Amino acid sequence: MGKEVFRAGVWGVAVTTILALLIVIGSRNLAHFDAALVGYTFATLFAVFGITYRYAMWLQRPPTALYWRRGWQVFFRRGFLLRNLGAWVGRLTGEFALNRFIFRRDRARWGAHILIMWGCLIAAAITFPLVFGWIHFETLPEDHTWYRAYLFGFPGFAFPIDSLFAFLVFHGLVWASFLVTAGVMLAMRRRMRDHGAAALQQFGEDLLPLILLFAVSVTGLMLSASYTWMKGYAYDFLAILHAATVILTLLWLPFGKFFHIFQRPAQLGVSFYKDAGERLEQARCRRCNDPFASQMHIDDLMEVERKLGFQYEIDDRAALGADHYQRICPRCRRALLGLAQGSAWTNEER
Amino acid sequence: MGVPEKLEFFVDPNRCIGCQACVQACSECDTHRGYPMIHLEYVDRAASVQTLPVICMHCDQPTCAEVCPADAIKRTEDGVVQSARKPRCIACNNCVLACPFGVPRMQSDLMMMMKCDMCYDRTSIGKKPMCATVCPSQALFYGTREEIELLRPRSRPIDRFQFGRQTITTRVKMMVPRTGRVEYLDVASAMHSEPIGNRLAATDDSEGLDDLMFAAYEEGDAQR
Repeated sequence: MGKEVFRAGVWGVAVTTILALLIVIGSRNLAHFDAALVGYTFATLFAVFGITYRYAMWLQRPPTALYWRRGWQVFFRRGFLLRNLGAWVGRLTGEFALNRFIFRRDRARWGAHILIMWGCLIAAAITFPLVFGWIHFETLPEDHTWYRAYLFGFPGFAFPIDSLFAFLVFHGLVWASFLVTAGVMLAMRRRMRDHGAAALQQFGEDLLPLILLFAVSVTGLMLSASYTWMKGYAYDFLAILHAATVILTLLWLPFGKFFHIFQRPAQLGVSFYKDAGERLEQARCRRCNDPFASQMHIDDLMEVERKLGFQYEIDDRAALGADHYQRICPRCRRALLGLAQGSAWTNEER
Repeated sequence: MGVPEKLEFFVDPNRCIGCQACVQACSECDTHRGYPMIHLEYVDRAASVQTLPVICMHCDQPTCAEVCPADAIKRTEDGVVQSARKPRCIACNNCVLACPFGVPRMQSDLMMMMKCDMCYDRTSIGKKPMCATVCPSQALFYGTREEIELLRPRSRPIDRFQFGRQTITTRVKMMVPRTGRVEYLDVASAMHSEPIGNRLAATDDSEGLDDLMFAAYEEGDAQR
């Protein structure tokens, strides 16, 4: 077993154990834990292990490790912390909450993504605390028409059972299902009509996640329909079917497309790295002398390439004017390709 | 369905006439509609008319994919290095700066890298890439090994490129003289090479330029 695998395994076990302990503590020694939801709990624990393991493996790749380190360094750099915090709030709102970068890429894609994203976020915020026994509701002893919410066993706010607030909260998963279903429809439509998407998509990577989300949403809605309008018709079967779809989705989280949920925040670190790069010295191309990137980025990239086993070092530094191919800008690299091919022909003619 | 192994991409920059047809056609590709991914590069515009089309060479060990911190760039089994996967690309610019051929483009407003994927929507169903379809001088040629040998009896394709100590092999081939001993193109060593037809660089005044233009005109007139 390699060092990286061992380290990732330890992280996986540690985070999973912490969550298991939090479930026990948060549900007051499982007093508020619903045994009927044990399948969901174990699927979540497996997903947490898988996600942590993969995340730890990913963070150990040379380029990711370097960005991770540099991202935090530039964020906490003395004199820039306040400015960075302001930018962080702006980017979290604009790029993450509103998905502005996806809007700029493609409106249809944005519509699908923001519906799915918010549907899943709402569903996760409701489901996980309930499954773990972190939140439960009790009727007030003095008035049975009122509920009180308990968080980690501590009493919270109370509200009338027949209020609009209660209706909205207790149907939270229904609203989430509406959002996800609409988003999945839009995404599927794009995947069926767009030639570019059709050429590149893979079943496991692109279609299976949509199918799973659709299955979770529809079986969840069927449960609501069963107890609301059909006097609980086929409720037990539907409950098992819904559990199966949710557990499958949880087990699939560490693999395939869903993992981008956990990778995507790296975009924030990159944005701070770019901000810092703009303020620092710029690297100039050894051929055309134009600035083309921050010197920090070029130095970091050379280190990453060395760690990955690439050898772009140039031995004949005196003759060629550069000790590393990384010191030549992309435009000049393209020109050099043409010059090298042209030389092959002119040398031949001589 | 992948790109058939027997169909290969052959690039011969020597034949490029700089017409930009490839650039226009490239932006018609369904996988990156509206954005041309090909580079039509002027080697030294002030001194020479030499141009070359630069497409992704689809490296066997793609540096762009290796340096990507987000695992966004994948090489499919048919040897095509795909453009960054949209959900994963974090627009870090590593691939743009690391590609030895200078191919990927960063679309900063979209927070996404885009690059030539050999028109995967077309080549994966047996069609030619857009650029090769329209190139009038066949500087970009997509076909079988037998076809290119018939068309270019004086040339042969190579797939090895040297950048300092690093050797890169590619799926896309570049044409070199058949009779020469060239086994690979040493790209870094071309740092001080002059562009082809670099006659204007020798002139340092407009009189010299006029002479050259007049000579070219006379030559053309004599041929007529």
